Amino acid sequence: MNSPTSHFVPPRRMGVYDPIHQISMWEENFRNNVDLSASTLLIDDAEIKFDNQSEYASHGIPGTSKQYDQEANRLADKIQRRLAQNREAARKSRLRKKAYVQQLESCRVKLMQLEQEVDHAKQKGLHIGGTGLGSNSLDFAASVNSGITSFEMEYGHWLEERNRLTMALRNALNSHVSDIELGELVDGAMSHYFKLFGMKSAAAKADAFYVMSGMWKSSAERFFFWIGGFRPSEILKILVPRIETMTEQQRSDISNLGKSCQQAEDALSQGMDKLQQMVSESVAAGQLEEQTDTPHMSTAMERLAALVSFVNQADHLRQETLLQMSRILTKRQAARWLLALGEYFQSLQALSSFWANRPPKPA
Amino acid sequence: MEKVTRLASERGVVIFTKSSCCLCYAVKILFQELGVNPTVHEIDKDTEGREMEKAIARLGCSAPIPVVYIGGKLVGSTNEVMSLHLSGSLIPLLKPYSATLS
Repeated sequence: MNSPTSHFVPPRRMGVYDPIHQISMWEENFRNNVDLSASTLLIDDAEIKFDNQSEYASHGIPGTSKQYDQEANRLADKIQRRLAQNREAARKSRLRKKAYVQQLESCRVKLMQLEQEVDHAKQKGLHIGGTGLGSNSLDFAASVNSGITSFEMEYGHWLEERNRLTMALRNALNSHVSDIELGELVDGAMSHYFKLFGMKSAAAKADAFYVMSGMWKSSAERFFFWIGGFRPSEILKILVPRIETMTEQQRSDISNLGKSCQQAEDALSQGMDKLQQMVSESVAAGQLEEQTDTPHMSTAMERLAALVSFVNQADHLRQETLLQMSRILTKRQAARWLLALGEYFQSLQALSSFWANRPPKPA
Repeated sequence: MEKVTRLASERGVVIFTKSSCCLCYAVKILFQELGVNPTVHEIDKDTEGREMEKAIARLGCSAPIPVVYIGGKLVGSTNEVMSLHLSGSLIPLLKPYSATLS
């Protein structure tokens, strides 16, 4: 910074302009460095300059000191005003910056969510955009969506672990490890499936329709969907032939298990039909000009709440099927069966990918 | 509670349900498929329904309804019935009460 005392200028005219010139330089600094402490420095410097100038003036030309005082006061006011304006401008600038950063942060979070969804969709061979995944989810209320968003993320991790376990089973069976080690792998794979049922239960509480829709699964898996997941009797029918040697007792037990599964599934399916019928009735009743005790929509919603219990009941059936199989089979047989199960679902996912990427039919 | 115990000790399969409960309906269908005709008491249609509901809740089953008794003995709710059936233990319990099974 230049010291004005180094300039020898006549006090009457140039002495007045010099401090203002200094101030405009300081304003420049002030815009660049938003620093309040600098403003006190400016005031101090300005006071010093005036002291110097007025001392010089009182020693110098007579008759000009009063005029000089007035001009000095006006100048002090100007400086105060300018400093106040600077402070205000700096404050506004800080607020704008804060708002901008907050906006960036929320966009970043949204972007991360979208990237996750796209990743999962690609993994499962889903079409992106037309499904319920990408298009609507950002419009949902945060409380509804967060349960589903976290489920989708967790499911992605669950799939990776499922694939890892399947590979571990394959390696173990090929390398003839001990039955004890196999047993540990089998228990681990079973717990992993049970973990999924727990995740689904939480997701069903957030949005039972979503779990029922199967949008979180690949398209080919959805083709075989039954109340929010795979049909227990199917995984027995398809995969039991993959177990090589079984005793007569085992065959008989598995056959009975399959039959019981089928009966339980039929009963639950009929219960679902009844639920559909009841919801449909209460929605349709809204179209008639009837007086009822409760509003039609709230009745329909009460009945829909039963959807959560059906999803949970179907998962309970899946869990029981897995448990019974692990009871009937030896550890080695169970390992083979669980390997077949993992590979079956992987194949369905691969099928979904192939189907999604199939070349268009020639016209 | 007395009404619940009295009704529960009736012969055969007794199910306490609510008329709007579709899971209860599913359990009833299952027993019918197995050749048993269960006695169904809809507690929401019963004058003492409130007290019965409280008494049933105190039984501590996995769900408040449906609640199933076989031969006067408490079996439980849907979870228990399904577990029993898949383990093959339900049908033996029903044999005395079913024409088709025995």
